[in-house]
Amino acid sequence: MSEYEIIDHEHDVVVVGAGGAGLRATLGMVSGGLKTACITKVFPTRSHTVAAQGGIGAALNNMGENDSWQFHMYDTIKGSDWLGDQDAIEYMCKEAIPSVTELENFGVPFSRTDDGEVYQRPFGGHTLDYGKKMARRACAAADRTGHAILHTLYQQCLKHQAEFFVEYIALDLLMDDNGSCVGVLALCMEDGKIHRFRGHQTVLATGGYGRVYFSCTSAHTCTGDGNAMVLRAGLPLQDMEFVQFHPTGVYGAGVLITEGSRGEGGYLTNSEGERFMERYAPTAKDLASRDVVSRSMTIEINEGRGVGPNKDHIFMHLEHIDPATLHMRLPGISETAKIFCGVDVTKEPIPVLPTVHYNMGGIPTNYHGEVVTRKGNDQNAVVSGLMAIGEAACVSVHGANRLGTNSLLDIVVFGRAAAQRALKTVQKGSSHAPLSKSVTDKILARLDKMRHANGDVSVGEIRNSMQNAMQKHAAVFRSNSSMSEGVKKVDTIASSLDGVGIKDRSMIFNTDLVEALELENLMQQAIVTIKSAEQRKESRGAHSHEDFPERDDKEWMKHTIMWLNNKMQTKVDYRDVHLNTLTNEVASVPPAARVY
Amino acid sequence: MAEFALPKHSKVVKGIDYPLDTDSTNTRKVNVYRWSPDDDENPRLDSYTIDLDKCGPMVLDALIKIKQEIDSSLTFRRSCREGICGSCSMNIDGTNTLACLKSIEDIEGEINIYPLPHMEVVKDLVPDLSKAYEQLTSIKPWLQSNSNPEEGKSRKQTPNQREKIDGLWECVLCFSCSTSCPSYWWNGDKYLGPAVLLQAYRWIADSRDENTNERLDDLEDSFKLYRCHTIMNCTKTCPKGLNPAKAIGEIKKLQLERK
Repeated sequence: MSEYEIIDHEHDVVVVGAGGAGLRATLGMVSGGLKTACITKVFPTRSHTVAAQGGIGAALNNMGENDSWQFHMYDTIKGSDWLGDQDAIEYMCKEAIPSVTELENFGVPFSRTDDGEVYQRPFGGHTLDYGKKMARRACAAADRTGHAILHTLYQQCLKHQAEFFVEYIALDLLMDDNGSCVGVLALCMEDGKIHRFRGHQTVLATGGYGRVYFSCTSAHTCTGDGNAMVLRAGLPLQDMEFVQFHPTGVYGAGVLITEGSRGEGGYLTNSEGERFMERYAPTAKDLASRDVVSRSMTIEINEGRGVGPNKDHIFMHLEHIDPATLHMRLPGISETAKIFCGVDVTKEPIPVLPTVHYNMGGIPTNYHGEVVTRKGNDQNAVVSGLMAIGEAACVSVHGANRLGTNSLLDIVVFGRAAAQRALKTVQKGSSHAPLSKSVTDKILARLDKMRHANGDVSVGEIRNSMQNAMQKHAAVFRSNSSMSEGVKKVDTIASSLDGVGIKDRSMIFNTDLVEALELENLMQQAIVTIKSAEQRKESRGAHSHEDFPERDDKEWMKHTIMWLNNKMQTKVDYRDVHLNTLTNEVASVPPAARVY
Repeated sequence: MAEFALPKHSKVVKGIDYPLDTDSTNTRKVNVYRWSPDDDENPRLDSYTIDLDKCGPMVLDALIKIKQEIDSSLTFRRSCREGICGSCSMNIDGTNTLACLKSIEDIEGEINIYPLPHMEVVKDLVPDLSKAYEQLTSIKPWLQSNSNPEEGKSRKQTPNQREKIDGLWECVLCFSCSTSCPSYWWNGDKYLGPAVLLQAYRWIADSRDENTNERLDDLEDSFKLYRCHTIMNCTKTCPKGLNPAKAIGEIKKLQLERK
């Protein structure tokens, strides 16, 4: 592989990804004195965190409701349908308070209450007194909270002179003979040179993989590159069957309308003009958990009560809300509705449909952000040198269904935790052991093969087939027959990758090549997602199985972990759910029926 | 009379025509600027005819369709496709904007697409924005405050104070404005341009920031700030409906007031 010029870099820590999680980790590491490289395939403020709208959850109690992190923890466990690890959830909900306050101190332009405190709004599944009434817990910057947080974190990284490698796509992890991660190999898109980054910790903050589906709120860049690198490193991914459908994606375009719009008083109706959520969730109504609302909407449509000429979507109403409130609290979605469906939200409803939004599954980690795997009876074996945070990771704080506002929270809490951990475990400036040349060569061989791929099928064609298969067979409702058909389809489509061809042979900003590499990443996750789904014979959170409509705690209260070998064959195993809490400040929440 | 020549690669030649074999009457020709540093060729304008009945409503949808179905070597940046990440800024139909927010319907006749003007081109529609990013860093775009907030507490800010930064912090850094400004075209190395000045004012206007004077001192410069001649292209072109010209005006006003 002498054709490729390789540039070597040595750092204490290498962070892959510059969304909220990657930037929060980078910030903590750089300010703590670790030599840190942050590699990102897009300029940091273009990362998908920027699109988060409604808010970040933290029991700051600014609205005078006696909110507490214990209530937040209970809501998150219930939201997770008891698949979340309670020690990690306790950590997240408790650390939410200092983490969000810190964000304000960094300069996030949060909206304000009359008292000058950070404004908080209601959000789905967030309650007071263990489900008695809705809580105002989502700390918001209008309806552009992700933008506000991402830009602020980037600004703080600039302040601390963090070292960025922008428009570099990570190719694969550098794994040594002991199975430790010692860095990552990346391609600089601007000039096509290869960069070998060595780090004592490599932190994957590469986000979700929404683009395995045809219709998703996720950005084009959400291809789960880190998840796929982990699979290729011979490590498993966890709980990949749990894919969240957001109730309110714009019908057709798929762009997101925040749950905060229901938090501000918006509601859904069917073709009979009925506020149907009152039937499905008498207390929380339109602010039930996302899986509950998405299922209810799908049932309404399936039973013939969808709106529109094809009766295939639902209306969301905001027109009863004072235009001044819409202007102040929801300016972004007012604009989005106008641009993408020509709707004036002060006058008419927005056509919406449940749309793929978030991956609860990902790289299994502990609450420090360290990647874990199962080795024999050890279910929590730490993989040396490798960490994962944010949507790429499965800590698991979201279990089978994530609550709104908990993703922004997840990225800052665990980005921060990963930095704290690295500061404890990494010896600053210590040297890197030599690495066998074959490790790099193997990765370059894969790149080289893709760069010269001259088959008949385009990246676009294969990607379309994969996205359509996943959309159809790993949807809101799933069944044995549909999923086994889906598994076959995805396997066939995956093998068609051998016949892919790309046209651009240049090494300068070759997006044809990058999209091909991303497609390979997506495909590996598609296989693991649909096979994980097929084997889980119960319904829990976002996984609604028509042949097994009940949750089965006896058999299935466990995390799926799945490996994928280079012949695209999977292997499944399980890890126990942590029902224990982290401290004795709070009691474990025993499984119960989930009613909203 | 002195002879002068255009700089190398500044003449755009006619490129490849990709016709469409279809019965559809709803077709549109999309002309796209192509250039790659791989060879010594001049830039060219390739023409792709697409069927609008099989295409999403936005210009970005058309570009993605071309890349997926006709020519996968076409190079452009894109990510969120909903106008919040700022990746797909380019010159469409003579105006700088975000391709994901620009409706095809709003364009009459052939659609002409060029990279953002007066920036170095990396390839096709991808401009080199590194100098603009450096200028952003130069204004120290982070909260500067000497008084630390009470340990574990947020700073206070009234809704009125907070309102002062509305229309400033929402910038997506697409640089449509800066690259539409003739003054930035001529003096882009020294004039900060509307995008960066908007960010400078975002911090000046934030009640929590305590370094207003230092910020104004840094901007008190005949090039950095005063190359703005109130041409207003920035405000006219901003795809997010922000008003950088007003922000620049406010900075100038503050400079005058403190004299």
